Amino acid sequence: MSARDQHGTGSPWGGRFEVVGKPHRKVDGLAKATGQALYTDDITLPGMLHGKILRSPHPHARIVSINVEPALAMEGVHAVITGADMPICYGVIPWTPDENALAVDKVRFIGDEVAAVAAVDEDTANVALRAIEVEYEPLHHYFDPTEALVREEPQIHEEIRGKAVRGNVSKSVQLDFGDVDGGLAEADFVEEADYTFHGTTHTAIEPHCAIGQVSADGLLTVWSSTQITHYVQKALARVLELPESKVRVIQPCLGGAFGGKSDPFSLEFCVAKLAMITGRPVKILWTREEVFYAHRGRHPMAMRYKTGIRKDGRLTAVDAKILIDGGSYSSFGLVTTYYSGQLLTGPYDFPSYRFDSTRVFTNKPPCGPKRGHGSVQPRFAFEIQLDKLAEKAGLDPIDVRRVNFQGEDTSTVNGQRITSNGFVRCLDLVEEASDWKARRGKLPYGRGLGVAGSMYISGTNYPVYPNAMPQAGIQLKVDRSGLVTVFTGGNDIGQGSNSLVAYIVSEELGVDLGDIRVLAADTDLCPVDLGAYSSRITFMVGNATIDACRKLRSQIVGAVAAAWEVDPKNVRMGGGRVLDVADAERDISVREAFHIAEERCDTLGATGSYNTPKLGGDYRGGTIGASPAYSFTAHVVEVEVDVETGRITPTHVWCAHDCGRAINPQLVAGQIEGSVYMGIAEALLEDHTINRFGLHSGPSLLDYRIPTSVDTPEINAMIVESLDQEGPYGAKEAGEGPLHSSIPALANAVHDAVGIRLDHLPFTPGRVLAALRDSQRESTTLASPTVGAGGKA
Amino acid sequence: MLRLPSFEIVRPRTIAEAVGALHRHGEGAQVIAGGTDLVPNMKHELFTPDLVVSLGDVAELVRIEVDEETGELVLGAMTKLDTIATNAMVNERAPVLAQAASLVAGPQLRRMGTLGGNVMLDTRCQWYNQSYFWREALGFCLKKDGTVCHVVESGRKCVAAASNDTAPALMTLGATLVFEGPDGTRTVPIEDFWKADGIFNKKLEPAEILCEIRIPPTPERHFGAYGKLRDRGSIDFPLLGVAVRLDFAPDDRVERADVVLVALAARPVRVAKAAELLAGTRPGTPEFDAAVEQVAEAAHKKCHPLENVPGDADYRREMVPVYVRRTLRAAVEDKGPVHHL
Repeated sequence: MSARDQHGTGSPWGGRFEVVGKPHRKVDGLAKATGQALYTDDITLPGMLHGKILRSPHPHARIVSINVEPALAMEGVHAVITGADMPICYGVIPWTPDENALAVDKVRFIGDEVAAVAAVDEDTANVALRAIEVEYEPLHHYFDPTEALVREEPQIHEEIRGKAVRGNVSKSVQLDFGDVDGGLAEADFVEEADYTFHGTTHTAIEPHCAIGQVSADGLLTVWSSTQITHYVQKALARVLELPESKVRVIQPCLGGAFGGKSDPFSLEFCVAKLAMITGRPVKILWTREEVFYAHRGRHPMAMRYKTGIRKDGRLTAVDAKILIDGGSYSSFGLVTTYYSGQLLTGPYDFPSYRFDSTRVFTNKPPCGPKRGHGSVQPRFAFEIQLDKLAEKAGLDPIDVRRVNFQGEDTSTVNGQRITSNGFVRCLDLVEEASDWKARRGKLPYGRGLGVAGSMYISGTNYPVYPNAMPQAGIQLKVDRSGLVTVFTGGNDIGQGSNSLVAYIVSEELGVDLGDIRVLAADTDLCPVDLGAYSSRITFMVGNATIDACRKLRSQIVGAVAAAWEVDPKNVRMGGGRVLDVADAERDISVREAFHIAEERCDTLGATGSYNTPKLGGDYRGGTIGASPAYSFTAHVVEVEVDVETGRITPTHVWCAHDCGRAINPQLVAGQIEGSVYMGIAEALLEDHTINRFGLHSGPSLLDYRIPTSVDTPEINAMIVESLDQEGPYGAKEAGEGPLHSSIPALANAVHDAVGIRLDHLPFTPGRVLAALRDSQRESTTLASPTVGAGGKA
Repeated sequence: MLRLPSFEIVRPRTIAEAVGALHRHGEGAQVIAGGTDLVPNMKHELFTPDLVVSLGDVAELVRIEVDEETGELVLGAMTKLDTIATNAMVNERAPVLAQAASLVAGPQLRRMGTLGGNVMLDTRCQWYNQSYFWREALGFCLKKDGTVCHVVESGRKCVAAASNDTAPALMTLGATLVFEGPDGTRTVPIEDFWKADGIFNKKLEPAEILCEIRIPPTPERHFGAYGKLRDRGSIDFPLLGVAVRLDFAPDDRVERADVVLVALAARPVRVAKAAELLAGTRPGTPEFDAAVEQVAEAAHKKCHPLENVPGDADYRREMVPVYVRRTLRAAVEDKGPVHHL
């Protein structure tokens, strides 16, 4: 990290912020609201063909033969490809390239891609798919991760990157910090329990879509609904054996991702290859069902936690053993396995910590990163553990969390650097807003309050491929019209990252938001950014933007000061004007200032970048989960439990989130609300279940239940701004952190309401009834009804 | 997006033209009303008609009126569910139907979906309402393209569930269905319309169209309520539906009672004992409460939900007495519908 990476927490010109901290409209807000925004599927190119992908009906099978001739012979079919056409493996993590665009030799889950067709239209392509003859030799399949852990043959993957796979183990991590056994021995209270987190998926409203086109001079362009244009470019080049300079990836407007679009996907390679073969543009739009097969959703985890505390509530030790069901491919699994342990060590101080996490392959759609990657599941277990221990010790659950607060500018037991930390303020806010002291433990039977806390990363210093280059880059171009164009490789996936860039440019250069255009996520035009994952964009792209703006600003200010023959310190940019603070007469428009600067300097522009400082523990894997800054969250959830039907109704959720400086509080509140919504959905409704045949139990938005507006609780989003010295104006992340503690807070609220512990997700009414049966159940005798009491005589 | 198979569509303007089109075409023709059930089913290739006869332009099928001669409430089959749910006359004379209609799917679908379409709804099953790819990977099922049942292993009879909220409501109201076909008009009491066959649970003659739903006049002290169990507060098909009718004598004693459940088996299920158990009891008394408990128990004994619709069948069974009890109480107090919002 160098000086360019830190810009302080204050406003660029001193005094009050002009743009930052205000609820400005998103730069693409009107285009989306009016339907003008162009998503990938809105793009149609002349002569474009439509592709469809043939999928495996078997959970695990060897491909004996494929005959594409009958499909190829059909009228309107232009090309058919199979795994033989693209035999090179890829994977988003360079250490585990175990995927092929189309299956080579074997298929590993129902829905695995086997062949692709390009035809004049979708219907012709669909008919052609059914004409492809594939002979399979079914293999023993694994749906149960426990079986995959112990049974070594057959293997789902035999080798990855030339290295033999051990049985069906995808990744195993054991890390040990401090004296765990001693800590447990000296604890006054020890809690040991098993927890289950089920599988859930992202359900972004836009299904994956990609278009490939090859120009006459051999440039491949792929438009894709991806959140990682840079990695897709690299993966396409690798698999298609093209120089990276001959691959251009563009992300059009995107309809939600949540981690579900952060791997390279089969369709991106297929549209490219089919375009290369046919010489015509090819589009593939996945059906909702195909999106469920692409998955990369939340990993199911079976977790055992042993936690000790002293009488005063202080933690003494945490011991975790986690079995992770990875599904059929690695995806981000290496990182997931580390994250399942590494991201637990805040906001509380652990004197000792040990975790043993193992990810196994199973014959199910591959799991990957979903909002709160790898850390939502352990957080669920841990925060319930803490609640149980508070109960054992006779302490208030909020007080237990306060007493264990790790503080600011400290380091964690696993060697992560903690900078700003507003967790206690988060606790204070939810405690007060929920009237916790007066109501918790005192509401009538059936109603209750629960609390939980969490932390999350603002990006990580671990780029998925090792390199020392910046993680984020920005380029500014100034036009004589007064327009500033910003080029960013960052992927706006609806979270508002393009808007963020515009706000910062507006703040720094005093240019009106309407005179800033953001051109993003086009690998030919934009500097490299690693993409929208790990909640990294505000922190990293934000800092890069400030860096670029300050370089440009010094050019402009310098030129104007020279023209006016004044000290550059007296020249300010703001509100679309450039003025001399010492002389009110000198006051010109930004446009005029641009002209002066261009006359005196050169064609105007600037670049900026950001790279993380050296972070992380000094051990293998110590950099995974190391972030330049962490966000912190506290939730209080209020529930009503119908003890006769077992239905849990979350009536109110208070979420306080420490995101450092809220660059746009409206967008932060949106992220908090969306996170709470998604957390509650996972707790109560969502279930990405693979049935006994290996089929997804309901791959549609009818059967995969996500809450509607009427199912969503009242949400109070509260923002805590613990300004971080390294964040842009002190900002940290807001997109993923606020999901984590919503789920355990809900479980803890149910305990307050009816005295049962829910340790296994999802909290279906049947499970609640079963737990109630096991506990003391209060009688619910009602008075006999009166005819017409509701109004009708 | 899933594609629709290709088909021809005709848009007749009269019932006679519609019947004629169906009759001339014979097998392979399919009626479409609001399309909210048929269109997804066609995308899943559960129906692949070559001719679709749309009733959207048949104006005479949209009406709500009272037959002066018989006193019946006459509901045109193409009346939107949203209209049924909000119409004052339907709410007054047939509250159970208005409530059931108000809980079908979500607001947008109720503005497209019709009462006739809901009565004629295809039965549903988790092994059936899936795409062609999914069903093929499964090896298909008894109801469509296959020979085995995945709900009842070695079962020979399809147990896909009647999932229409309005069907049990109409049964408690003693409704009759009026069909027009090549041989003229046929009137069928709705209870005689169903058969216990999940493949097709309706006794429908070739080229017939459901045109009217007729509801006999209800007495002044008629009460009704509908209870619906579903995962979400909107959109979902029922995991269990309970329709209740209670008519009271001037002294508040139950004169006529009926309880019909849906989403359990291939056809709606009547709790036959309900009428006799509740008759003569008066709400507000221990006798009434005891009778409600007995009806709930009788329903529980009679109903054995299967793993046909998504969700936990044991839980659905457990909810049968709870929803019967709650819906009966709601009917008495005119506080329906019963659902979790």
